[in-house]
Amino acid sequence: MDTVVTILILLGLLFFTGGTVGILRFPDFYSRLHPAGKLDTLGSLLMMMAFALYGLHHLTLANVLTSLKMMLIIVFVSLSSPTAVHGIVDAGMRAGLAPWVKGKKRR
Amino acid sequence: MDQVFLYSALYLGILMLLSLYRGAFGPTVLDRLIGVNAIGSKTVVMLILIGLLYQRVDMFVDISLAYALLNFVAVLAASKYFQKRKGLYEE
Repeated sequence: MDTVVTILILLGLLFFTGGTVGILRFPDFYSRLHPAGKLDTLGSLLMMMAFALYGLHHLTLANVLTSLKMMLIIVFVSLSSPTAVHGIVDAGMRAGLAPWVKGKKRR
Repeated sequence: MDQVFLYSALYLGILMLLSLYRGAFGPTVLDRLIGVNAIGSKTVVMLILIGLLYQRVDMFVDISLAYALLNFVAVLAASKYFQKRKGLYEE
């Protein structure tokens, strides 16, 4: 059980690292939203699954309820994070920010 | 198992500092918003890690859920506010 939890945590940290490197290195605001939206959702999903699995060591009612709340956080994050990213893209489009094209200076 | 949680929490803290670069020096306001959103979604995980380290997960899971909600509402409100051309400079 501990091995599975550790592997899930390491996978989640790997996805978080990818998201952070993408936020730092992508050339444009629109392309930066891609790692920010996707990899953070996947990383928090994997890490929350690891914590929910770790909580089921001793099978009592309180631990099961805590794990269910973690699953609720997963559901909420996977609903809210794409919505937030969509809101930011919509703000950028309405403000008239031009997308980056090849050859232009990286911002 | 506590060591794994401690070191992953430290690593998450370093990642949050790296995301703070985009929040502090982003060229436009929306770049800063991306950085703040990334920090928020890392904080949700980090609160659970803190709870596991202090053996109080049952309390910290509620704080984490409330923080996820707060982060979502804050990002949506800020992106609605910056839909006009406020503070979006282009060189």
